[in-house]
Amino acid sequence: MNIFVLMKRTFDTEEKIVINNGKVNEEGAEFIINPYDEYAIEEAIQVRDKVGGEVTVVTVGNEDAEKELRTALAMGCDKAVLINLEDDVEESDQFTTAKVLAEYLKDKEPHLILAGNVAIDGGSGQVGPRVAELLGIPYVTTITKLDINGDKATVVRDVEGDEEVIEASLPLLVTAQQGLNEPRYPSLPGIMKAKKKPLDEVELDDLDLDEDDVVAKTKTVEIFLPPKKEAGKILQGELTDQVKELVTLLRTEAKVI
Amino acid sequence: MTRKVISLAEIRDGSLRNVSLEAIAAAKTIAQGGEVVAVLVGESVQSHANELIAHGADRVVVVEHAQLKAYTPDGYGQALMAVVEAEKPEGIVFGHTALGKDLSPKLATKLNAGLVSDVVAIEEKDGELLFTRPIYSGKAFEKKVVNDGLIFITVRPNNIPALSRDDARTGEVTTLSVDIKDLRTIVKEIVRKTAEGVDLSEAKVIVAGGRGVKSEDGFKPLQELADVLGGAVGASRGACDAGYCDYSLQIGQTGKVVTPDLYIACGISGAIQHLAGMSNSKVIVAINKDPEANIFKVADYGIVGDLFEVVPLLTEEFKKLKVHS
Ligand SMILES: Cc1cc2nc3c(=O)[nH]c(=O)nc-3n(C[C@H](O)[C@H](O)[C@H](O)COP(=O)(O)OP(=O)(O)OC[C@H]3O[C@@H](n4cnc5c(N)ncnc54)[C@H](O)[C@@H]3O)c2cc1C
Ligand SMILES: Cc1cc2nc3c(=O)[nH]c(=O)nc-3n(C[C@H](O)[C@H](O)[C@H](O)COP(=O)(O)OP(=O)(O)OC[C@H]3O[C@@H](n4cnc5c(N)ncnc54)[C@H](O)[C@@H]3O)c2cc1C
Repeated sequence: MNIFVLMKRTFDTEEKIVINNGKVNEEGAEFIINPYDEYAIEEAIQVRDKVGGEVTVVTVGNEDAEKELRTALAMGCDKAVLINLEDDVEESDQFTTAKVLAEYLKDKEPHLILAGNVAIDGGSGQVGPRVAELLGIPYVTTITKLDINGDKATVVRDVEGDEEVIEASLPLLVTAQQGLNEPRYPSLPGIMKAKKKPLDEVELDDLDLDEDDVVAKTKTVEIFLPPKKEAGKILQGELTDQVKELVTLLRTEAKVI
Repeated sequence: MTRKVISLAEIRDGSLRNVSLEAIAAAKTIAQGGEVVAVLVGESVQSHANELIAHGADRVVVVEHAQLKAYTPDGYGQALMAVVEAEKPEGIVFGHTALGKDLSPKLATKLNAGLVSDVVAIEEKDGELLFTRPIYSGKAFEKKVVNDGLIFITVRPNNIPALSRDDARTGEVTTLSVDIKDLRTIVKEIVRKTAEGVDLSEAKVIVAGGRGVKSEDGFKPLQELADVLGGAVGASRGACDAGYCDYSLQIGQTGKVVTPDLYIACGISGAIQHLAGMSNSKVIVAINKDPEANIFKVADYGIVGDLFEVVPLLTEEFKKLKVHS
């Protein structure tokens, strides 16, 4: 089975966000595999180990993403592909990313594509369904369980806390929700092996795409931090007095009750 | 420039979701005086049309089909494409709900359009519409514009106020018949986990419990407080993972994103993934026995103490208030 994982390298949002000249400062910041993509990688490896085949992890980004691709290989993916847009694309959005990914995938005969349900930095949750639509294959988002049986898949989908049991045929794209599995840590032998696994790099030219084909449809004009909240009021004194004061504050100051 | 804008309405437990009314308000802003057409999709949904008009829709288009009983991207995609072909809108607004998140990228791709997801505010500046949305798990915000063509957005529940109801408003309600076929994903079963009626993402008051609640029983005092305030109970991942409550109560990046007027966090440490789901709440109260807990950084009011002492006292105090008023 040809299994593909769409992986995004993301800013670790546990980190402090600093804005310089209208951009989020990435200097010295920690970058990670988008956590929801870790679930996708883990699931891909488990499916491969069960039904056979090959897992290719694909990212759109620049050379910095090689580190996260190597981590995915160390976890157990077989091949990695970096679609490097650095020299060709200045402004991109979800349309751009999806278009590039779909162009890469269209002649690879994917049976199963796994993505994260959302990237913790950009946060739109668009890329998975967009890629599926461009490839003309069905998709199921926010999944917490996946069973593959021949060319059929049974999927459990999280719908705002309720569950849907869904049946579909391959080829299929799914997006991972927390709860799908427990992603493994790369093992030491895994890390050694990863160094020898193939990591290919392709550019727009290789995909027969022009810059014009991938021009972003939307544009970010401003990035800002939320207005600094005044330090909250930590109440003092006897507990019963604190509770009374809180109720008064909620009524008279905050006016929410 | 006026635009014709369509907004998708969603029904849950037999009622329109609030966010669908908020979507109409957002559509009005985008329309700038142009027509707003609300769209109802389902098996038998026409009865909700008048409420959409009362909340600001100029017209309603209804698409009914037995295959639209359960949501599927293919079924709803076909229905919405038919509406778009018939109406030729210049703007589309969905709620940023499970359905909206799932369907909007598909429709945007079919229409070769951009999509601005999870919008919390819309403003006009020099004739251009700016859409504000949270990024970096809610730690920052961006303002986006649509370069050209169709304006397609999803709106986060509880952020853009709905227009108040005016039953004197009138508008045309039409049905569009669509052949829904070849569904490639089939919903075999829906397992209901959430409580009937309560929609956390739309609650005005939420009392949320974390691992500090310590047991399933530990949620009882929280429920009592929520009841007095007419609110709903939510939870952190920690509480769900520990088995104190169902995952359907989870708030955060993986769970529900909420923006209530009042959020009372009890025994929740305030991990970034939790904050991503609630830091936009209008007023946040934290109750935690650890004065260093991260949750106090986002709280407007904090009580350092044992939640099992504080929560019942709070319930009593609010009860007194109710008796007096
Ligand atoms: C050179 C460059 C310039 C950019 N310029 C801008 C800009 O000007 N404005 C702006 O808003 N954004 C910009 N971006 C960011 C980029 O457009 C978006 O982050 C990207 O489209 C993903 O959107 P998202 O974060 O909402 O992901 P989501 O749609 O939330 O991601 C969901 C899932 O899709 C998959 N996925 C997402 N992104 C990728 C990827 N890159 N590779 C592989 N799989 C992926 C993952 O599985 C992920 O879990 C730029 C990126 C690059 C590389
Ligand atoms: C990809 C990913 C997605 C995630 N998504 C989510 C999400 O959507 N939502 C979410 O919540 N988490 C999410 N998490 C988990 C998150 O990182 C935290 O682990 C989780 O939020 C912790 O839950 P907690 O605050 O209840 O538990 P803890 O961090 O254990 O905190 C318990 C708190 O209770 C306090 N306490 C204990 N006893 C008492 C008492 N008697 N009275 C008062 N206070 C007391 C303690 O001081 C402590 O601060 C996610 C994690 C990952 C990796």
